[in-house]
Amino acid sequence: MEAVHGHDHAHDHGHDHPTGLMRWLTTTNHKDIGTMYLWFSFLMLLTGGTLAMGIRAELFEPGMQFWRPEFFNQLTTMHGLIMVFGAIMPAFVGFANWQIPMMIGASDMAFARMNNFSFWLLPPAAILLVTSFFVPGGATGAGWTLYAPLSVQQGMGMDLAIFAVHIMGASSIMGSINIITTILNMRAPGMTLMKMPMFVWTWLITAYLLIAVMPVLAGAVTMLLTDRHFGTHFFNAAGGGDPVLYQHVFWFFGHPEVYIMILPAFGIVSQIIPTFARKPLFGYTSMVYATASIAILSFIVWAHHMFVVGMPAAGQLFFMYATMLIAVPTGVKVFNWVATMWKGSMTFETPMLFSVGFLFVFTMGGFTGLVCAITPIDIQIQDTYYVVAHFHYVLVAGSLFALFAGVYFWLPKWTGHMYDEKLGKLHFWLSIIFFNLTFFVMHFLGLAGMPRRIPDYAPQFADFNMIASLGAFGFGLTQLLFLYVVVKCIRGGEKAPAKPWDGAEGLEWTLPSPAPYHSFETPPIVK
Amino acid sequence: MQAAQHYYIPSPSHWPIVGSVALLFMGFGAALWINHIEAGPWVLVTGLVILAWMMFGWFGTVSRESETGTYNTQVDISFRWSMSWFIFSEVMFFAAFFGALFYMRELAVPGLGSGPTGEYLWPMFKSGWPVSGPGIEQTFTPMGAWGIPAINTLILLTSGATVTWAHWGLKKNNRGQLNFGLFLTIVLGISFLCLQVYEYVHAIHEYNLTLQMGAYGASFFMLTGFHGFHVTMGTLMLIVILFRCLAGHFKPEHHFAFEAVSWYWHFVDVVWLLLFILVYWL
Repeated sequence: MEAVHGHDHAHDHGHDHPTGLMRWLTTTNHKDIGTMYLWFSFLMLLTGGTLAMGIRAELFEPGMQFWRPEFFNQLTTMHGLIMVFGAIMPAFVGFANWQIPMMIGASDMAFARMNNFSFWLLPPAAILLVTSFFVPGGATGAGWTLYAPLSVQQGMGMDLAIFAVHIMGASSIMGSINIITTILNMRAPGMTLMKMPMFVWTWLITAYLLIAVMPVLAGAVTMLLTDRHFGTHFFNAAGGGDPVLYQHVFWFFGHPEVYIMILPAFGIVSQIIPTFARKPLFGYTSMVYATASIAILSFIVWAHHMFVVGMPAAGQLFFMYATMLIAVPTGVKVFNWVATMWKGSMTFETPMLFSVGFLFVFTMGGFTGLVCAITPIDIQIQDTYYVVAHFHYVLVAGSLFALFAGVYFWLPKWTGHMYDEKLGKLHFWLSIIFFNLTFFVMHFLGLAGMPRRIPDYAPQFADFNMIASLGAFGFGLTQLLFLYVVVKCIRGGEKAPAKPWDGAEGLEWTLPSPAPYHSFETPPIVK
Repeated sequence: MQAAQHYYIPSPSHWPIVGSVALLFMGFGAALWINHIEAGPWVLVTGLVILAWMMFGWFGTVSRESETGTYNTQVDISFRWSMSWFIFSEVMFFAAFFGALFYMRELAVPGLGSGPTGEYLWPMFKSGWPVSGPGIEQTFTPMGAWGIPAINTLILLTSGATVTWAHWGLKKNNRGQLNFGLFLTIVLGISFLCLQVYEYVHAIHEYNLTLQMGAYGASFFMLTGFHGFHVTMGTLMLIVILFRCLAGHFKPEHHFAFEAVSWYWHFVDVVWLLLFILVYWL
């Protein structure tokens, strides 16, 4: 019995827990693991951000400045892979780890050891990805989607990327099984499903999506691997296969994947807006159903990424209408957030600023998504900067801004200190200004026909590109300010009360700040 | 403290980080090997050895914890949820390959043999199924359904029955029936694998049916290969469970490890039925 012990807080605080590096390597604590996820994702954000700076430096002026074209392709590819799998997804899992046990009144996650394994699979995957820059032929330059046949033809960097995707997939599946089991089985007595905080609901649905589609991505890259090295012809017409098959399998994963990256963001924003509007969330039930509808619809829209591959008109119409249907539940959500603020006694602390910024800018990204969904328009703007603008509006101003909002919102609970409100607000305003400076102009570039993933461009695109590059450098530097604010908050600051936001609701605010090592010693009763 | 009994949290453990190191080695090793770099196989084998060590250690810890009565009902329910969701993820993995089979057979191959594509690019190509592809000159014989595959179907179906019979034995605390049922299941699993190896050798040498044989060869070997890999894993899991039974593990009312393995075994069985119908028969 010495290897294990039941949950007895009075005894397991100080002793028998390793310290130093071993604490982090062997931990079974959801807060330790959540912290590691968040720091890992921030490190990856800086890595992917550095690659983005490389892209924008090359595009600052027309003509070839810094990189060879194939290295430029590696930059765009690895920027995408690192941001999607290294920054955004792990950051949300970090939030899930910190928040879900506290929000449902549990002491920890259902599988504490596996939780640690899910996290520690990420560094090996990141090492495989980053090392691939240094092998002969460099990293893969096939785009983050790794489309065949280009991905079939590339060097060893591609194989490293494939194995990294396998390992990250295993991490995601284990993490998701853990999250679903925790939510379904560890809730405090009295917390029925329909009493769960919205953030917990969105993660329940996200975890379901992850378990459903990560194995499909594993299948896609496995077929890629056998096509590359073992002579299969899945994506080769000479053997009866088809490169388009890769796109189908990939996007069957890929479209749910984009909701995997936004649904937890919806959850965070749904916690923050009611707090600072000092009103309960408007239409909680409809929010739950809207989230579930988005998840279900995400399985039947994938081919809207493929309108130009040569699809029967019936297929184009089906995928166009199915895609536009997603605007309905998303509209319900945006309506509910606005209705929550309606006649609320609002204040605009940093989390609220980021949430309102999210609402405004994410909705713009949603609308350009609707534009992209219209087949005849999409055929014009496919693979242009319009698409780049669209998905950065939903991924940066959507997912990333919600992550920032969540960090500021829960930082007092995590560290026991208030963050510097002035600097937080400065971080928000710099972020939103530089963000729009970078990406708004890309709409014009795309509509004017500038193709994405090309290191050079025609001179008429020069002005907008220079604006975008300046915005990108500003946005990148601004995130160092974020790092400073977080570190400053961890190291000290005004003591945070148990409930630093007077409109906040939920079990996590009944715990002291910083939250105790094990969240709830005894399950709270939820009425 | 009644409520404190409610939760179970394991102590810090080094097994997760050992597993991560194993996968790091395996990732690099496999990438080096398939790119013909000499160190590759050694790095890969190192990773596999570390992984095996991790599995022995980790699963050993879990079964010791279980046998010493650490796991309460809540933990048991958590295990049930997690195994169900794990099997769902496996279903989706196979779905990707069944989807690829469907796409090649119903869309890609007919598209190559008809319309302007067939007329201008591959005028000599007659689409149909089973087929390799318009650019592959060698011919092969497809695998029939009613020889070894039919026998294997019977074997796997029988093994599903024997594992359930063993479960009945466990529930009424008839250890003899439990052990014998498990033993029979393992023997059937190994027989299945032996027949599949024989079938593969036969396919490659007599039928010229290989992984390189276009749409049919790729889908045949990838689907049956991954299934065979799952049967291998399932058999190993059954062997571990048999050893645990012989060591006196499990009680009539507390034996989720056994149930988890039998769920997995039934899942592998269902996948085989789909394979038999969609890959061998139709």
